[in-house]
Amino acid sequence: MAMLADLINSTLVFSAALIFAALGGVFSERSGVFNIGLEGMMTAGAFTAAIGTYYVQEAGGSGASPWIGLLCGIGAGTLFALLHAYATVTVKADQTIVGVVINILALAVTLYLVKFMFEGAGDTPLLDETFSMAAIPGLADIPFIGQAFFNNYPTTYLAYVLVPLSAYLLFRTPFGLRLRAVGEHPGAADTVGINVTKYRYIGVLISGALAGLGGATIVLTTTSNFAHNTISGQGFIAIAALIFGRWNPYGVFGAAFFFGMAQAVRIFITQFEFAAHIPNEFLYMLPYVLTLLVLAGVVGSVRGPSAAGTPYDPSKR
Amino acid sequence: MEQSVPVVELAGITKRFPGIVANDDISLDLRKGEIHALLGENGAGKSTLMSILFGLYQPDEGEIRVNGKAVKIDGAGKAIELGIGMVHQHFKLVQPFTVAENIVLGVEPVRGLSIHLKQANEKVRELSARYGLKVDPLVKVQDISVGMQQRVEILKTLYRGAEILIFDEPTAVLTVQEIQELMQILRQLAGEGKSIILITHKLKEIMEVSDRVTIIRRGKVVGTVRTAETSESQLAEMMVGRRVSFDVNKEKREPGPVVLEVENLTVAGGERGTHAVDGVSLRIREGEILGLAGVDGNGQHELVEALAGLRPAIGGRIALNGADVTRLPTKARIEAGLASIPEDRQKHGLVLDFTLSENMVLGSTERRRFFGGGFLKDKEIDAYAKKLVADFDVRSAGVHSRARSLSGGNQQKAIIARELERHPKLIVAVQPTRGLDIGAIEFVHERLLQARSEGKAILLISYELDELYKLSDRIQVISGGRIMGEVDPELGEDDDKIGLMMAGQASNDQGGGAA
Amino acid sequence: MSKWISSLNQPTALVPAVAILFGLVFGGIVMLLGGFDPIAAYAALVRKVFGSSYDIGETIRTITPILFTGLAVGFAFRAGVFNIGADGQYIIGMTAATFVGIKIHLPAFLHAPLAVLVGMICGGLWGALCGYLKAYRGVHEVISAIMLNWIALFLSNYLLMKFLVEEGQQKTPNIDETASVSIGWLSEAMGGARMDWGIWIGLISVALFYILLWRTKQGYDLRAVGHNPDAAQAAGINVKTTFMKTMMISGMFAGLGGVFSVLGVFHYQVASGASEGYGFDGIAVALLGGNHPVGILFGAILFGLLTYGSAGMNFDANVPTEIVRIVIGSIIFFVASHSIITKLLKPMLSRRSTNKRKGASADGNAG
Repeated sequence: MAMLADLINSTLVFSAALIFAALGGVFSERSGVFNIGLEGMMTAGAFTAAIGTYYVQEAGGSGASPWIGLLCGIGAGTLFALLHAYATVTVKADQTIVGVVINILALAVTLYLVKFMFEGAGDTPLLDETFSMAAIPGLADIPFIGQAFFNNYPTTYLAYVLVPLSAYLLFRTPFGLRLRAVGEHPGAADTVGINVTKYRYIGVLISGALAGLGGATIVLTTTSNFAHNTISGQGFIAIAALIFGRWNPYGVFGAAFFFGMAQAVRIFITQFEFAAHIPNEFLYMLPYVLTLLVLAGVVGSVRGPSAAGTPYDPSKR
Repeated sequence: MEQSVPVVELAGITKRFPGIVANDDISLDLRKGEIHALLGENGAGKSTLMSILFGLYQPDEGEIRVNGKAVKIDGAGKAIELGIGMVHQHFKLVQPFTVAENIVLGVEPVRGLSIHLKQANEKVRELSARYGLKVDPLVKVQDISVGMQQRVEILKTLYRGAEILIFDEPTAVLTVQEIQELMQILRQLAGEGKSIILITHKLKEIMEVSDRVTIIRRGKVVGTVRTAETSESQLAEMMVGRRVSFDVNKEKREPGPVVLEVENLTVAGGERGTHAVDGVSLRIREGEILGLAGVDGNGQHELVEALAGLRPAIGGRIALNGADVTRLPTKARIEAGLASIPEDRQKHGLVLDFTLSENMVLGSTERRRFFGGGFLKDKEIDAYAKKLVADFDVRSAGVHSRARSLSGGNQQKAIIARELERHPKLIVAVQPTRGLDIGAIEFVHERLLQARSEGKAILLISYELDELYKLSDRIQVISGGRIMGEVDPELGEDDDKIGLMMAGQASNDQGGGAA
Repeated sequence: MSKWISSLNQPTALVPAVAILFGLVFGGIVMLLGGFDPIAAYAALVRKVFGSSYDIGETIRTITPILFTGLAVGFAFRAGVFNIGADGQYIIGMTAATFVGIKIHLPAFLHAPLAVLVGMICGGLWGALCGYLKAYRGVHEVISAIMLNWIALFLSNYLLMKFLVEEGQQKTPNIDETASVSIGWLSEAMGGARMDWGIWIGLISVALFYILLWRTKQGYDLRAVGHNPDAAQAAGINVKTTFMKTMMISGMFAGLGGVFSVLGVFHYQVASGASEGYGFDGIAVALLGGNHPVGILFGAILFGLLTYGSAGMNFDANVPTEIVRIVIGSIIFFVASHSIITKLLKPMLSRRSTNKRKGASADGNAG
């Protein structure tokens, strides 16, 4: 039992970043814009969080530095999202291609900057201070559940808050209703005076902020620095979680938790008899295979927002 | 009913698009409590004008005055603010949302930060009851009928406090009964002081419900008349610009042997698990035009797709020239003599980015002639295309110009050329004159009758009863995926009988049709 | 033949050209901001590429895989399918060729062709899987291809580690000499650069691409489906099998890229945590080349030059090699957002066309 609690505990470490990025995907796609660029936005967030934290530390701002780094990560993700939004919404460029561009550019720009800032080094210096696990008083004392869910990084707790908050925003507020209308039938939204461009920008920008937050989380909880392989596929697993979670924040939480567990199991592999027989590669593959099966209708069926992927052209209203 | 200050005045509105002047110095006024019909052929500029009034386009010249004040309407939001509401021809409804969510979208009542859904539902129920619309706020739009969806659209405008309502071709998708109910609703709205603009090309509806009519032709106003002082034939003449003869030369002809035989055909795809086509039997002979009347969405699309092999039949049998083709793919059916003139010519009839030449051999059965050894024979294809273009008077910049660059009428001519030149046995024509001007319509009708003279069997599906009466040898009525009965066009129009059948009541003399 | 030559002269070719210019300028600005000298850096790039016969040979070697993935993406685009999965098809093709190259022993005249063929077909099947999911399961090809790329990577790693790679190693042993498609004499002539049959098969593929699409009935069907699947279906073309066939052929192009990389260049394969990203370069090249084989060839040459030359920028001008990825990324950005360019060019273009018209009427008068 204690071991399972430990597994859930470290699962949540991995899952938090996926939850953020996938929630970002929810906002973007619900507004009608595919975001293949989540990976790149995470990369930007991870890099910026690493150097933001590093420079604040250099300046002597110890305890607050990871928090400032986190904000830097959110900012960088948003910046790349702005590029995505401009190209896909304003210029009406192909959303998939722009996503690919974001991924290429984010990786290239960050590595360029790393080499530029640290005299040709391939990665940023290890951070002295990152987030540390903090037990939530009271809740952490509950047997099993305490260790599993309430003895974790601040970012994990942030994920706990953001999931219901996102669901509330999307399904209970005028903002959410309009955002979803824009993603389902932009013509309907436009003809009742809703500014399609504005809502799509907001959706994409939120997705960038959350993806940046996800990238920052990885640096500040797991790797403690930024290198070329800090973000290698998490953005795509987030897309998988987005689909597997059926574009719903709670579903996304479940899917990200599950995919996070596939990563956590690798570390626990020595302790779990059953896991020892599973090749690592199969665990890596799991999120993608499952998502394909869901999409192919082998496991249930899914339907995304109707207008996702197509720029809005008022003349074809 | 008449007051001195019109609620809306359009003065000298001009709107140009690349290549055409959609609205040319149009002036129009709408009085309070009036139903003002806007009549014109397809492409005359009605929809553009209303899009300008609703803020979706900006006029290049001219002025809009609402309640006497000049206004600039730079978006739907502004139009709504001015009390203008529009019921669009293609509904602007978000399918997975509930009725209430659709109605309050953009003007949601809130409690704290949340949408006050309870209040929204209440208000929708109240409005619905007041106008007798019988709309349930809690169901999802994707689960209700087309007629109901239209009422949701009406409620959307009323909820926003619209005093001026624009209806864009509102009856196109309705059953005869639903049309009657809509007319009732329109009268009631006008009676409550709402001012209504009704865009349509259906003369009967105008005569029945409107107070005044403004006729537009090629972007210009031809005139505004009081409905009480005009007639259908006068309106038609104003709309088209010349005397319209409603007669065509249809020679008497004994039909030959049976070409198409459909027995008890059932096709999946109806709403909520019903069959879209439910046990349909048809029989068409050589040299015969069978007209199929019905309201859009009663299984016509599925029937046509099943005939063409684009949709599987889950029951029944289709025989072409005596051979069972029920399980054959589209290609084999084309080879067996099937030709199609589809309803949506740009979607199903042409590859717009192909040249005219390439389009002329689309679906061609003459593989060896045009595709010898698997390779394209450009010279042969071009020569063939040139011949067709000449024979059918397709106006273009040459056979290497893209189909996209052709006008709608010429695109339709190109399709008809291709399909008829294939020497088919059976022609399935769906709304073959949709969106065409009168000249092109006459051309299409002529060609169809000529094909009939040549002994081809023709299934003509149309939502325009006039067209069916004009061309058909027999008319059958489809409703809810079933054949409701048959009328003989020779006996003259019998709208009540056909209307009842279109609304789903079987005719008592059903069964006499197949003979 | 004159058709495609004239297509290159049209304003459509102007957009990629301007995008390339913008991309290079943007890269220059980034270098300036970093305190580097862009002129010196680009000069170093050019020097690196054309410095010696060895460098020219190695540049050609760099062009080859990008050409193949570019053809793959462009071909699928013509049928209206966005093959973002060339990456996975490349890996699968490579892995299959590696297996044949190591596990099967045959005389050279059989072994090499067999390895090429098997690699090509396996890449094709991986593509066809994506086509199947789109045609028969309604899965959007972009999403399924993203999933299939990662599955291909991990599946291939698993197979390599399980069957080919020795304990404690990350790479496979070398393929048999008989499976190699290197061209020894050409390598010698090019100063030891790794030359192989890949580029020649690549050039043949360029011609095949053109013939297949514009000269055959299959290509006609494929383009009809690409432009308007509904009309194609109504005309009796089987859209579903066309999707599968297209993705099969597209995957074969991509697979060949991987095949020649292992059989012609490296002779071994590495189990790696991330893909080499040739599939994404392929998207860029296809886009840049307007999905036309000749355009794709030019695009691949450009990207090959940039990629190989970036080492020179680093060595001579000390600029991080990533600058070239930034340039490539911004070139794709500008091509994808072509309306920015057309808007900028509009005044210029309209002036040019009026001049042309004047010229034409003058000619007419003279005649």
